[in-house]
Amino acid sequence: MSVSVRIPTILRTYTGGSADVSGEGATLREVLQKLDADYPGIGARILDESGKLRRFVNVYVGDEDVRFAEGLDTATPSGAQISVIPAVAGGA
Amino acid sequence: MSLPPLVEPAAELTVDEVRRYSRHLIIPDVGMAGQKRLKNAKVLCVGAGGLGSPALLYLAAAGVGTLGVVDFDVVDESNLQRQVIHGQSDVGRLKAESAAASVREINPLIDVVVHNTALTTENVMEIFSGYDLIVDGTDNFATRYMVNDAAVLLGKPYVWGSIYRFDGQASVFWAEHGPCYRCLYPEPPPPGMVPSCAEGGVLGVLCASIGSIQVNEAIKVLAGIGDPLVGRLMIYDALEMQYRTVKVRKDPECVLCGKNPTVTQLLDDYEAFCGTVSEEAQEAASGATITARELKEMQDRGDDIFLIDVREPNEYEIVSIPGAKLIPKGEFLNGSALEGLPQDKKIILHCKSGARSAEALAVVKSAGFSDAVHVGGGVLSWIKTIDPSLPTY
Repeated sequence: MSVSVRIPTILRTYTGGSADVSGEGATLREVLQKLDADYPGIGARILDESGKLRRFVNVYVGDEDVRFAEGLDTATPSGAQISVIPAVAGGA
Repeated sequence: MSLPPLVEPAAELTVDEVRRYSRHLIIPDVGMAGQKRLKNAKVLCVGAGGLGSPALLYLAAAGVGTLGVVDFDVVDESNLQRQVIHGQSDVGRLKAESAAASVREINPLIDVVVHNTALTTENVMEIFSGYDLIVDGTDNFATRYMVNDAAVLLGKPYVWGSIYRFDGQASVFWAEHGPCYRCLYPEPPPPGMVPSCAEGGVLGVLCASIGSIQVNEAIKVLAGIGDPLVGRLMIYDALEMQYRTVKVRKDPECVLCGKNPTVTQLLDDYEAFCGTVSEEAQEAASGATITARELKEMQDRGDDIFLIDVREPNEYEIVSIPGAKLIPKGEFLNGSALEGLPQDKKIILHCKSGARSAEALAVVKSAGFSDAVHVGGGVLSWIKTIDPSLPTY
């Protein structure tokens, strides 16, 4: 399934500056595996050592936070928009 | 989801107030009732910086009756690119004082309360308790989690915004009616993983884009109009000029506002919760930190050193220490920098102020360069003590 993945500014160093990249996979887990294969290192910024989503990074399929859906097993239907939204604290 | 107004209306508007706020009064959704609510409202702005500047200016102009400003910092020239509440003649002045002066100039009909202090666990509950709503314009995770916790514990809504380069986010956190910040991000990132605006930069006008959303939401919550940004996160990309919203759910497992909260009072230490420098970096830097002056002495003696600047290329372009080779921190974290390091020279790392070089130092030391050191205070310290003619940023 082809999906599009929205990359936040602080992770665009991994994607050569691209804000939107295409991904493949039936679930978020597969999409993230493919993403890390395409852009080595980016997976570790989203998943921790045990392979779980990091607590300061949210991933949305459409406008739903996957933590409140099926987590990494959340289905990613063809054409889905996946957004990675890390915590940012700047304000001054 | 519409919510009831947060504030009861004031008894009346004076003739001066009617004249001043006439463009609000003729909007049916605001009207006399809405403007009277604003007049009765007490809003606290945490930080008179990038987000606080536009927020305070518009809250003042809108006629929010009592406006509090908390800030401990002084105005620096590098603030003026975005912190539009301060002017050239305010450089060196306390930000809270400078902001209050601008607010009084914009609207003499409202009260300004100056809190010339850093917000701490000691004073945050007392300061917040005097206000109806909080606008968060701070610049670090430790203060943001403290603001969230205090607001939830006091049952107050707060309007949150954050900015980085061309990206902004905003939301309204109000545990009584929706999620809190901990529902969105249960834990802060480890230190070093997310750069601050001081490290990564911020487009000046982005502050206005996000700060004005915060004011818009504050006014709606105070007056009880429209659909406030409760339970939604607004995400703005200034480069692509796109606004998107995603849902933010109240987390039943939230340690603060969930079903079985385990955090029932403020944490003792938010700096420790967020960590300003990681444990690895602290350990690496202990006993391996030199001053800018010691670096200069080594260079003057002709010691066999290899000086590495771990900042980003555009920072290096602004100012650098003579003789330093640029290898950004990321190349240490992913390991690619290590093979290029000389085995026969003493490795000296530096960054802007010493935090990033400490992170890189941890990597370098664990790779076997046991005599490697970093420069405390970074290039800023070099400029201050060795060459004040260089520009700071």
